[in-house]
Amino acid sequence: MNILSLFGKRGESASVAKNRLQILLAHERADDGSDAVLISSLREDILAVVAKRVAIDPDSVRLEMDRTGDVTTLGIDIELPSAKAS
Amino acid sequence: MSNATVVVVTSGKGGVGKTTTTAAIASALAKEGYQVCAIDFDVGLRNLDLIMGAERRVVFDLVNVVRGEASIKQALVRDKKLNNLYLLPASQTRDKDALTEEGVASVISELRMYFDWVICDSPAGIERGATLAMRHADEAIIVSNPEVSSVRDCDRIIGLLDAKTKIAEDGGRMPKHLMITRYDTERAKTGDMLATDDVVDILSVPLIGVVPESKDVLKASNVGLPITLSDENSPAAKAYTEAVRRLLGENIPVTIPEEKKGLFGKFFKGRAA
Repeated sequence: MNILSLFGKRGESASVAKNRLQILLAHERADDGSDAVLISSLREDILAVVAKRVAIDPDSVRLEMDRTGDVTTLGIDIELPSAKAS
Repeated sequence: MSNATVVVVTSGKGGVGKTTTTAAIASALAKEGYQVCAIDFDVGLRNLDLIMGAERRVVFDLVNVVRGEASIKQALVRDKKLNNLYLLPASQTRDKDALTEEGVASVISELRMYFDWVICDSPAGIERGATLAMRHADEAIIVSNPEVSSVRDCDRIIGLLDAKTKIAEDGGRMPKHLMITRYDTERAKTGDMLATDDVVDILSVPLIGVVPESKDVLKASNVGLPITLSDENSPAAKAYTEAVRRLLGENIPVTIPEEKKGLFGKFFKGRAA
């Protein structure tokens, strides 16, 4: 028993747990592996487009999907070689 | 002719109480007078024999039967208290491919002829042993602790029950029951533990029972007695006995049996928390 519970403060960790689980499971249930396939094809396409103009290391292209609520964002992070190096 | 109901007790995550639940449910059903067989599917890590206090009487096991080295009747171990309760132990072999799909199918269909209830204790995980344990089930009891990783793993298992079982492949839907174990009413009340309603909401599986965290469960396992046989008045035993009545089709509200505490006990519990 901590001092807060003496004043009737309710813990909130259970509702945080419930929220996290609901969001996670909604995604896991819908995940049929198609996201991974999409990301990997997008990555290849982007790599090809950029490589036409700039010599880049294939490993320097990073794609990330982030889902918060109903919105899915796609983040593309490409590390370009410095002017001197190219 | 087949007349038994085959129930799989499963969870995904280990250590949540599948074996305790299997032993408790099987013996509570036997106490009601049914012919009951509990099968341990945890090949390599058998423990149902120990929880049921039959470890010294195991001669043959499930793998011997599947391989045709022993008959089912030779392998079944009769409970020392209830003569209508039997155990089919898992083997301790390290060969994880010891169980075959056809072998398990024929064992289950033979057991259906001798028993009213066949309770399959699934190993943890989502691999072969777990999928074979659920494969021929008519109903599933999903065991979860009120804790995030356990609930998540149950969700995976529910997906498997709806995809990899005979019922699912035949276009049916596996009837499922949720058993929440190691529940602490006080902590749920103060918002520090997922409440039963939260878990039911998340998993969308109807509740069959809520087993409170209880010291009696460890005591029962120490002496090799299913909790429903060792101490009928234990809150955990009461929860399992009620769950069995629901499994048998009785429509009774789910209660959460509580430890009887005197004022003295309450005081110390408050201090210790």
